Amino acid sequence: MAEDAKPRVKVPKSAKPGEVVNIKALISHKMESGQRKDAEGKLIPRSIINRFTCDLGGVNVIDVAIDPAVSTNPYFEFDALMADSGEIKFTWYDDDGSVYEDVKTIELA
Amino acid sequence: MHRGTWRLATTLALGLALSGAAFADPVEDSLSIDTDDGTLDIVTTTAAPPHLSDVMDTIYSGWHFRETETRDLQRDDFDNPGMVYVDRALDSWNKAQGAKGESCAGCHEGPESMKGLRAVTPRVDATTGKLMTVENYVNGCVTDRMGLEPWGMTGDKMKDMMALISMQSRGELVNVAIDGPAAPFWEAGKEIYYTRFGQLEMSCANCHEDNQGLFIRADHLSQGQINGFPVYRLKDAGILSAQQRFVGCVRDTRAETFKPDSAEFKALELYVASRGNGLAVEGVSVRH
Repeated sequence: MAEDAKPRVKVPKSAKPGEVVNIKALISHKMESGQRKDAEGKLIPRSIINRFTCDLGGVNVIDVAIDPAVSTNPYFEFDALMADSGEIKFTWYDDDGSVYEDVKTIELA
Repeated sequence: MHRGTWRLATTLALGLALSGAAFADPVEDSLSIDTDDGTLDIVTTTAAPPHLSDVMDTIYSGWHFRETETRDLQRDDFDNPGMVYVDRALDSWNKAQGAKGESCAGCHEGPESMKGLRAVTPRVDATTGKLMTVENYVNGCVTDRMGLEPWGMTGDKMKDMMALISMQSRGELVNVAIDGPAAPFWEAGKEIYYTRFGQLEMSCANCHEDNQGLFIRADHLSQGQINGFPVYRLKDAGILSAQQRFVGCVRDTRAETFKPDSAEFKALELYVASRGNGLAVEGVSVRH
Protein backbone atom coordinates (compact mmCIF):
# COMPACT_ATOMS: atom_id res chain seq x y z
CA MET A 1 0.00 0.00 0.00
CA ALA A 2 1.37 3.32 -1.04
CA GLU A 3 2.25 5.65 1.79
CA ASP A 4 -0.24 8.36 2.74
CA ALA A 5 -2.87 7.36 0.19
CA LYS A 6 -6.09 8.83 1.51
CA PRO A 7 -9.40 9.31 -0.31
CA ARG A 8 -11.39 12.52 0.10
CA VAL A 9 -14.81 12.92 -1.46
CA LYS A 10 -17.43 15.62 -1.36
CA VAL A 11 -21.11 15.09 -2.11
CA PRO A 12 -24.14 17.12 -1.04
CA LYS A 13 -25.89 15.90 2.10
CA SER A 14 -29.28 15.67 0.43
CA ALA A 15 -30.83 15.91 -3.02
CA LYS A 16 -34.21 15.61 -4.72
CA PRO A 17 -34.85 12.59 -6.95
CA GLY A 18 -34.10 13.68 -10.49
CA GLU A 19 -31.70 16.37 -9.36
CA VAL A 20 -28.21 16.62 -10.85
CA VAL A 21 -25.58 16.88 -8.14
CA ASN A 22 -21.91 17.73 -8.25
CA ILE A 23 -19.47 15.13 -6.96
CA LYS A 24 -15.81 15.68 -6.18
CA ALA A 25 -13.35 12.87 -5.49
CA LEU A 26 -9.68 13.19 -4.71
CA ILE A 27 -7.11 10.75 -3.44
CA SER A 28 -3.84 11.89 -1.99
CA HIS A 29 -1.27 9.77 -3.77
CA LYS A 30 2.20 10.55 -5.03
CA MET A 31 1.57 9.05 -8.51
CA GLU A 32 5.18 8.09 -9.16
CA SER A 33 5.43 7.95 -12.94
CA GLY A 34 8.24 5.40 -13.20
CA GLN A 35 10.27 7.87 -15.29
CA ARG A 36 12.12 9.62 -12.49
CA LYS A 37 15.46 8.71 -10.97
CA ASP A 38 16.51 8.98 -7.35
CA ALA A 39 19.70 10.62 -6.02
CA GLU A 40 21.75 7.51 -6.90
CA GLY A 41 20.47 7.52 -10.47
CA LYS A 42 18.28 4.46 -10.03
CA LEU A 43 14.84 4.44 -11.60
CA ILE A 44 12.07 4.99 -9.03
CA PRO A 45 9.52 2.26 -9.73
CA ARG A 46 6.15 3.31 -11.05
CA SER A 47 3.40 3.57 -8.47
CA ILE A 48 0.21 5.17 -9.69
CA ILE A 49 -3.53 4.85 -9.27
CA ASN A 50 -4.42 3.17 -12.56
CA ARG A 51 -8.20 3.06 -12.28
CA PHE A 52 -10.96 5.01 -10.61
CA THR A 53 -14.58 3.90 -10.49
CA CYS A 54 -17.77 5.26 -9.08
CA ASP A 55 -20.90 3.19 -8.43
CA LEU A 56 -24.27 4.78 -7.81
CA GLY A 57 -26.67 2.43 -6.04
CA GLY A 58 -24.63 -0.58 -7.15
CA VAL A 59 -24.55 0.50 -10.81
CA ASN A 60 -21.25 1.60 -12.30
CA VAL A 61 -21.46 5.15 -13.63
CA ILE A 62 -17.81 6.19 -13.97
CA ASP A 63 -14.81 4.04 -14.86
CA VAL A 64 -11.57 5.86 -15.58
CA ALA A 65 -8.29 4.39 -16.84
CA ILE A 66 -5.41 6.48 -15.51
CA ASP A 67 -1.93 6.62 -17.02
CA PRO A 68 1.41 7.85 -15.63
CA ALA A 69 1.05 11.40 -16.98
CA VAL A 70 -1.66 12.17 -14.42
CA SER A 71 -0.39 14.42 -11.67
CA THR A 72 -0.06 13.76 -7.98
CA ASN A 73 -3.30 13.63 -5.92
CA PRO A 74 -5.64 12.85 -8.86
CA TYR A 75 -8.90 14.78 -8.61
CA PHE A 76 -12.14 14.02 -10.45
CA GLU A 77 -15.21 16.19 -10.48
CA PHE A 78 -18.40 15.19 -12.25
CA ASP A 79 -22.19 15.57 -12.17
CA ALA A 80 -24.54 12.70 -11.38
CA LEU A 81 -28.31 12.38 -11.87
CA MET A 82 -29.93 11.18 -8.67
CA ALA A 83 -32.63 8.60 -9.30
CA ASP A 84 -33.61 5.97 -6.73
CA SER A 85 -30.45 5.48 -4.70
CA GLY A 86 -28.18 7.98 -2.99
CA GLU A 87 -25.47 5.50 -2.12
CA ILE A 88 -22.25 6.32 -3.91
CA LYS A 89 -19.20 4.13 -3.78
CA PHE A 90 -15.80 5.35 -4.89
CA THR A 91 -12.95 2.95 -5.62
CA TRP A 92 -9.33 3.61 -6.51
CA TYR A 93 -7.02 0.84 -7.76
CA ASP A 94 -3.30 1.12 -7.05
CA ASP A 95 -0.49 -0.35 -9.17
CA ASP A 96 0.64 -2.34 -6.15
CA GLY A 97 -2.72 -4.09 -5.91
CA SER A 98 -4.15 -1.98 -3.10
CA VAL A 99 -7.74 -0.88 -3.41
CA TYR A 100 -8.99 2.21 -1.61
CA GLU A 101 -12.70 2.69 -1.06
CA ASP A 102 -15.02 5.32 0.25
CA VAL A 103 -18.82 5.28 0.48
CA LYS A 104 -21.09 8.30 0.83
CA THR A 105 -24.84 8.45 1.10
CA ILE A 106 -26.93 11.31 -0.24
CA GLU A 107 -30.31 11.57 1.41
CA LEU A 108 -33.01 11.56 -1.26
CA ALA A 109 -36.09 13.54 -0.37
CA MET B 1 20.01 57.14 -29.54
CA HIS B 2 17.97 59.05 -32.12
CA ARG B 3 15.77 61.60 -30.44
CA GLY B 4 12.50 60.29 -31.91
CA THR B 5 13.23 56.76 -30.85
CA TRP B 6 13.98 57.92 -27.35
CA ARG B 7 10.66 59.70 -27.09
CA LEU B 8 8.83 56.59 -28.30
CA ALA B 9 10.63 54.45 -25.75
CA THR B 10 9.69 56.79 -22.91
CA THR B 11 6.06 56.83 -23.96
CA LEU B 12 6.01 53.05 -24.10
CA ALA B 13 7.60 52.71 -20.69
CA LEU B 14 5.15 55.17 -19.15
CA GLY B 15 2.22 53.44 -20.78
CA LEU B 16 3.31 50.07 -19.40
CA ALA B 17 3.83 51.45 -15.93
CA LEU B 18 0.39 53.05 -15.89
CA SER B 19 -1.48 50.01 -17.14
CA GLY B 20 0.40 47.95 -14.55
CA ALA B 21 -0.77 50.18 -11.74
CA ALA B 22 -4.37 50.01 -12.89
CA PHE B 23 -4.41 46.21 -12.75
CA ALA B 24 -2.51 45.67 -9.61
CA ASP B 25 -4.57 47.21 -6.83
CA PRO B 26 -5.90 44.79 -4.23
CA VAL B 27 -9.01 43.22 -5.74
CA GLU B 28 -12.31 44.12 -4.11
CA ASP B 29 -13.71 40.81 -2.97
CA SER B 30 -14.69 39.01 0.20
CA LEU B 31 -13.82 35.54 1.37
CA SER B 32 -16.35 33.02 2.68
CA ILE B 33 -15.08 29.48 2.98
CA ASP B 34 -17.29 26.47 2.41
CA THR B 35 -16.15 24.14 5.21
CA ASP B 36 -17.36 20.81 6.56
CA ASP B 37 -19.18 22.73 9.31
CA GLY B 38 -20.89 25.33 7.14
CA THR B 39 -19.72 28.67 5.83
CA LEU B 40 -16.98 30.65 7.53
CA ASP B 41 -16.42 34.35 6.83
CA ILE B 42 -12.80 35.46 6.84
CA VAL B 43 -11.65 39.01 7.56
CA THR B 44 -9.26 39.85 4.71
CA THR B 45 -9.43 43.65 4.85
CA THR B 46 -9.42 45.81 7.95
CA ALA B 47 -8.07 49.00 9.48
CA ALA B 48 -4.33 48.99 10.05
CA PRO B 49 -3.20 48.42 13.65
CA PRO B 50 -2.22 51.62 15.56
CA HIS B 51 1.53 51.09 15.19
CA LEU B 52 1.16 51.32 11.40
CA SER B 53 -1.01 54.45 11.46
CA ASP B 54 1.62 56.72 9.89
CA VAL B 55 2.39 54.17 7.13
CA MET B 56 -0.94 52.83 5.89
CA ASP B 57 -4.65 53.03 6.65
CA THR B 58 -5.88 49.64 5.52
CA ILE B 59 -4.33 46.20 5.68
CA TYR B 60 -5.14 43.50 3.14
CA SER B 61 -4.54 39.78 3.22
CA GLY B 62 -2.35 38.58 0.36
CA TRP B 63 -5.50 36.85 -0.89
CA HIS B 64 -6.63 40.18 -2.43
CA PHE B 65 -3.55 40.34 -4.63
CA ARG B 66 -4.04 36.97 -6.32
CA GLU B 67 -5.92 36.06 -9.48
CA THR B 68 -9.56 35.03 -9.49
CA GLU B 69 -8.75 31.33 -9.99
CA THR B 70 -6.30 31.28 -7.09
CA ARG B 71 -8.73 33.12 -4.82
CA ASP B 72 -11.50 30.70 -5.72
CA LEU B 73 -9.42 27.71 -4.62
CA GLN B 74 -9.63 29.00 -1.08
CA ARG B 75 -13.42 29.36 -1.04
CA ASP B 76 -14.00 25.63 -0.71
CA ASP B 77 -12.03 23.31 1.56
CA PHE B 78 -12.31 20.54 -0.96
CA ASP B 79 -10.71 22.65 -3.67
CA ASN B 80 -7.97 23.87 -1.33
CA PRO B 81 -5.01 21.56 -2.01
CA GLY B 82 -3.55 22.43 1.40
CA MET B 83 -6.18 20.29 3.11
CA VAL B 84 -4.40 17.14 1.95
CA TYR B 85 -1.56 18.11 4.27
CA VAL B 86 -3.94 18.87 7.12
CA ASP B 87 -5.33 15.33 6.77
CA ARG B 88 -1.81 13.95 6.76
CA ALA B 89 -0.99 15.86 9.94
CA LEU B 90 -4.08 14.48 11.64
CA ASP B 91 -2.70 10.97 11.13
CA SER B 92 0.62 12.14 12.54
CA TRP B 93 -1.17 13.77 15.50
CA ASN B 94 -2.81 10.48 16.47
CA LYS B 95 0.16 8.24 15.71
CA ALA B 96 2.17 6.80 18.60
CA GLN B 97 5.55 8.01 17.31
CA GLY B 98 7.42 8.97 20.48
CA ALA B 99 10.34 7.00 21.91
CA LYS B 100 7.96 5.46 24.45
CA GLY B 101 4.94 5.41 22.17
CA GLU B 102 3.74 8.93 22.96
CA SER B 103 1.47 10.73 20.53
CA CYS B 104 0.29 14.36 20.31
CA ALA B 105 -3.22 13.13 21.07
CA GLY B 106 -2.00 11.38 24.23
CA CYS B 107 -1.45 14.71 26.00
CA HIS B 108 -3.45 17.22 23.97
CA GLU B 109 -6.44 15.04 22.99
CA GLY B 110 -7.96 16.47 19.80
CA PRO B 111 -6.19 19.11 17.70
CA GLU B 112 -9.02 21.48 18.74
CA SER B 113 -7.01 21.99 21.94
CA MET B 114 -4.66 24.12 19.80
CA LYS B 115 -7.46 26.60 19.06
CA GLY B 116 -6.25 30.17 19.27
CA LEU B 117 -2.52 29.42 19.35
CA ARG B 118 -1.81 30.42 15.77
CA ALA B 119 -3.47 33.82 16.24
CA VAL B 120 -1.19 34.90 19.11
CA THR B 121 2.18 33.46 18.05
CA PRO B 122 5.05 34.26 17.87
CA ARG B 123 4.81 35.12 21.55
CA VAL B 124 7.15 35.34 24.50
CA ASP B 125 6.89 32.31 26.75
CA ALA B 126 6.11 33.51 30.25
CA THR B 127 8.31 30.95 32.00
CA THR B 128 11.44 30.98 29.83
CA GLY B 129 11.29 34.51 28.40
CA LYS B 130 12.07 33.09 24.94
CA LEU B 131 10.28 34.09 21.77
CA MET B 132 8.28 31.05 20.68
CA THR B 133 6.85 30.22 17.27
CA VAL B 134 4.38 27.37 16.78
CA GLU B 135 7.31 25.38 15.37
CA ASN B 136 9.24 25.90 18.61
CA TYR B 137 6.33 24.61 20.67
CA VAL B 138 5.99 21.54 18.45
CA ASN B 139 9.69 20.78 18.66
CA GLY B 140 9.57 21.28 22.43
CA CYS B 141 7.06 18.43 22.58
CA VAL B 142 8.92 16.31 20.03
CA THR B 143 12.21 16.45 21.92
CA ASP B 144 11.30 16.79 25.61
CA ARG B 145 8.08 14.83 25.82
CA MET B 146 8.47 12.33 23.00
CA GLY B 147 12.22 11.83 23.24
CA LEU B 148 12.82 12.22 19.50
CA GLU B 149 15.30 14.16 17.41
CA PRO B 150 13.83 17.60 16.65
CA TRP B 151 11.83 17.84 13.46
CA GLY B 152 13.33 19.99 10.70
CA MET B 153 11.90 23.50 10.88
CA THR B 154 10.87 23.39 7.24
CA GLY B 155 10.48 19.63 6.90
CA ASP B 156 7.25 17.97 5.76
CA LYS B 157 6.30 16.68 9.21
CA MET B 158 6.66 20.11 10.76
CA LYS B 159 4.83 21.95 7.99
CA ASP B 160 1.97 19.44 7.98
CA MET B 161 1.61 19.99 11.71
CA MET B 162 1.73 23.78 11.22
CA ALA B 163 -1.15 23.43 8.78
CA LEU B 164 -3.22 21.37 11.23
CA ILE B 165 -2.57 23.70 14.17
CA SER B 166 -3.21 26.81 12.11
CA MET B 167 -6.55 25.38 10.94
CA GLN B 168 -7.78 25.28 14.53
CA SER B 169 -7.58 29.08 14.70
CA ARG B 170 -9.07 29.73 11.29
CA GLY B 171 -11.22 32.83 11.29
CA GLU B 172 -9.77 34.16 14.53
CA LEU B 173 -8.13 37.57 14.28
CA VAL B 174 -4.37 37.77 14.49
CA ASN B 175 -3.48 39.46 17.76
CA VAL B 176 0.19 39.12 18.64
CA ALA B 177 1.47 41.04 21.64
CA ILE B 178 4.06 43.71 20.82
CA ASP B 179 4.49 45.27 24.24
CA GLY B 180 5.82 44.05 27.58
CA PRO B 181 8.29 41.19 27.25
CA ALA B 182 7.70 41.05 23.48
CA ALA B 183 8.82 44.64 22.93
CA PRO B 184 12.58 44.02 22.44
CA PHE B 185 11.89 41.20 19.96
CA TRP B 186 9.37 43.36 18.14
CA GLU B 187 11.83 46.26 17.90
CA ALA B 188 14.50 43.89 16.56
CA GLY B 189 12.03 42.61 13.96
CA LYS B 190 11.10 46.14 12.95
CA GLU B 191 14.77 46.99 12.54
CA ILE B 192 15.19 44.05 10.14
CA TYR B 193 12.03 44.97 8.24
CA TYR B 194 13.45 48.40 7.41
CA THR B 195 17.06 47.33 6.85
CA ARG B 196 18.26 47.03 3.27
CA PHE B 197 19.86 43.66 2.56
CA GLY B 198 21.78 42.13 -0.31
CA GLN B 199 23.44 43.38 -3.46
CA LEU B 200 20.16 44.92 -4.50
CA GLU B 201 19.97 46.77 -1.19
CA MET B 202 16.30 46.20 -0.63
CA SER B 203 14.38 46.08 2.62
CA CYS B 204 11.04 44.37 3.19
CA ALA B 205 9.47 47.85 3.23
CA ASN B 206 10.81 48.78 -0.22
CA CYS B 207 8.50 46.23 -1.81
CA HIS B 208 5.69 45.56 0.62
CA GLU B 209 5.20 49.09 1.93
CA ASP B 210 6.45 51.50 -0.77
CA ASN B 211 5.36 49.49 -3.79
CA GLN B 212 2.47 47.35 -2.61
CA GLY B 213 -0.09 46.77 -5.31
CA LEU B 214 2.42 47.30 -8.11
CA PHE B 215 4.08 44.67 -10.21
CA ILE B 216 7.34 42.91 -9.43
CA ARG B 217 8.08 41.37 -12.79
CA ALA B 218 4.85 39.54 -13.66
CA ASP B 219 3.54 39.24 -10.11
CA HIS B 220 1.67 41.55 -7.79
CA LEU B 221 3.34 42.86 -4.68
CA SER B 222 1.14 42.27 -1.67
CA GLN B 223 1.57 43.89 1.70
CA GLY B 224 3.56 40.85 2.75
CA GLN B 225 1.01 39.84 5.38
CA ILE B 226 1.53 36.42 6.95
CA ASN B 227 -1.98 35.83 8.35
CA GLY B 228 -2.49 33.23 5.59
CA PHE B 229 0.55 31.14 6.47
CA PRO B 230 1.26 28.32 6.21
CA VAL B 231 0.24 28.61 2.56
CA TYR B 232 -0.24 26.05 -0.15
CA ARG B 233 1.95 27.45 -2.88
CA LEU B 234 0.92 26.42 -6.38
CA LYS B 235 4.44 26.99 -7.66
CA ASP B 236 5.87 24.46 -5.18
CA ALA B 237 2.81 22.16 -5.04
CA GLY B 238 3.37 22.09 -1.30
CA ILE B 239 3.14 23.89 2.01
CA LEU B 240 5.34 26.88 2.68
CA SER B 241 6.00 28.39 6.11
CA ALA B 242 6.32 32.12 6.79
CA GLN B 243 10.03 31.88 7.49
CA GLN B 244 10.58 29.93 4.27
CA ARG B 245 8.94 32.83 2.47
CA PHE B 246 11.32 35.21 4.27
CA VAL B 247 14.25 33.12 3.00
CA GLY B 248 12.89 33.47 -0.54
CA CYS B 249 12.49 37.23 -0.23
CA VAL B 250 15.90 37.90 1.29
CA ARG B 251 17.53 35.59 -1.26
CA ASP B 252 15.88 37.61 -4.03
CA THR B 253 17.72 40.68 -2.79
CA ARG B 254 20.89 38.67 -3.53
CA ALA B 255 21.78 38.43 0.14
CA GLU B 256 23.03 35.56 2.24
CA THR B 257 19.79 34.80 4.09
CA PHE B 258 19.13 34.14 7.74
CA LYS B 259 18.15 30.57 8.55
CA PRO B 260 14.61 29.57 9.46
CA ASP B 261 14.32 29.59 13.25
CA SER B 262 17.22 32.06 13.58
CA ALA B 263 16.75 34.83 16.17
CA GLU B 264 16.52 37.32 13.29
CA PHE B 265 13.71 35.55 11.42
CA LYS B 266 11.77 34.82 14.60
CA ALA B 267 11.84 38.51 15.49
CA LEU B 268 10.88 39.39 11.93
CA GLU B 269 8.01 36.90 12.04
CA LEU B 270 6.71 38.60 15.18
CA TYR B 271 6.97 42.04 13.61
CA VAL B 272 5.38 41.03 10.30
CA ALA B 273 2.61 39.18 12.16
CA SER B 274 1.92 42.34 14.16
CA ARG B 275 1.47 44.30 10.93
CA GLY B 276 -1.46 41.98 10.29
CA ASN B 277 -3.08 42.32 13.72
CA GLY B 278 -6.80 42.37 12.92
CA LEU B 279 -6.72 40.14 9.83
CA ALA B 280 -8.09 36.61 10.20
CA VAL B 281 -5.98 33.48 10.34
CA GLU B 282 -6.74 31.68 7.09
CA GLY B 283 -5.71 28.20 8.17
CA VAL B 284 -4.01 27.02 5.02
CA SER B 285 -4.31 29.67 2.34
CA VAL B 286 -3.65 29.24 -1.37
CA ARG B 287 -1.16 31.47 -3.14
CA HIS B 288 0.98 31.13 -6.21
